[in-house]
Amino acid sequence: MKRTLAVALRVAQQLSHDHRSMALIVVMPALLLSVFYWVYESRPDIFNHIGPALIGLFPFTIFFLITSVTMVRERTSGTLERLMTTPIRRGELIAGYTLALSIASFVQAVITTAVGVWLLGLDLAQPWGVLFLAVVSSIVGTALGLLASAFARTEFQAVQFMPLAIIPQFLLCGLLVPRDQMVAPLYWLSEMLPLSHLIDAFDTVTTESDVSSELLVKVGVQVIFALGFLTLASLTLPRKTA
Amino acid sequence: MLNGLSLMIDSGAITGIIGPSGSGKSTLIRSIAGVQVTAGGSVSVLGTPADSKSNRSRVAYLTQGGSIYPDLTAAQNVRHFATLSRRPTADVDEALARVDLSGQAHQLVSTMSGGQRARVGLASVLVTGADVLLLDEPTVGLDPVLRADLWSLFARLAHEGKTLIVSSHVMDEAAQCDRVVLLRDGAILADGTPEQLRAQAGTSDLDEAFVRLAQGSVS
Repeated sequence: MKRTLAVALRVAQQLSHDHRSMALIVVMPALLLSVFYWVYESRPDIFNHIGPALIGLFPFTIFFLITSVTMVRERTSGTLERLMTTPIRRGELIAGYTLALSIASFVQAVITTAVGVWLLGLDLAQPWGVLFLAVVSSIVGTALGLLASAFARTEFQAVQFMPLAIIPQFLLCGLLVPRDQMVAPLYWLSEMLPLSHLIDAFDTVTTESDVSSELLVKVGVQVIFALGFLTLASLTLPRKTA
Repeated sequence: MLNGLSLMIDSGAITGIIGPSGSGKSTLIRSIAGVQVTAGGSVSVLGTPADSKSNRSRVAYLTQGGSIYPDLTAAQNVRHFATLSRRPTADVDEALARVDLSGQAHQLVSTMSGGQRARVGLASVLVTGADVLLLDEPTVGLDPVLRADLWSLFARLAHEGKTLIVSSHVMDEAAQCDRVVLLRDGAILADGTPEQLRAQAGTSDLDEAFVRLAQGSVS
């Protein structure tokens, strides 16, 4: 546990020294949500439908990007190899990353949700549910980023995974076209992607004030995806390399 | 690639792994650190397999380039490795003092000179309290004065009972070692004290000794 906290503290310290990443995490989502509000100023119904989902989409994308680039840097700079010669366990390293970035995502979600509700007038049935789902979203994005970093040799290659890992999920998640109106192959493909279920969950906490069993199932699906990605990511951290 | 290499290293001394680029120095150091996939053979450190769990707190490894975080301060880097090695954070100040970086403890590593970065890397190894220190080209790119300072520190550590295995491609540095293992193309070219290598090659210059040994002009 102490080593997990040490990794979390170190990642948080790295983020705090990187002003661009801090701006990307803290300011950018609220700014983009505001731009989206102005784009649809004459259609508040559209903003109220898609706005909450964006609060989840931002951390999913941003933390995928930050995690994959940071972990590639860790792999290529030799620090990961060195960590593998210390008493730290792979699970502790991954848990440390996830903890630090989850806390950062909570800060992001609080700011974005506050701006959305108090400044832009988002109507949310469960504001706390939106906050919770935004953190869940960042954890899934972080887990996917950790996994993607195993297949990139440079930070540039890590960024190149964005179109592969994020954009198809965005197209199929139901934000552009309701998923039940998609042709069958696309619908079933969307069923296999975490972002689709996450957006469904955001729809639920936006419109329903009760915690339904359907919502719990959607959260459970996210937990399964996150654990699956984290398990696969830990397998990509061998103590020995050629 | 290492071929037919057999080596036993004494504790409490500085063993230099010396050779040109591509001679297998880093592969040998990584094998001793337990992070190199090997096709055959075995490596034991302190009586247990190199990759054993118990060695992770007894062996400290500094990769080529320092393997520290440039976006952290010197103290944050050293504290991180202290915590991972279950060492008290009180040791952080002492480790920084040993490498003359007390005054720069709160400076970001990315703003430091190459010599200061090398010393942060060394402090992050010292703070682990490990008995065996594996240092892969710790002096590469440093000016002669700083290199001399670091080798003085290595000598003090060996005197305190630490075992240092230091790789370098600079033959001058071989003279600072208690024992020198000359590597070429993954094989041992010569193995002995600097004096023995000079005598074996018939020259007082270690650069020249390496050339003669490499050319096989010495039996």
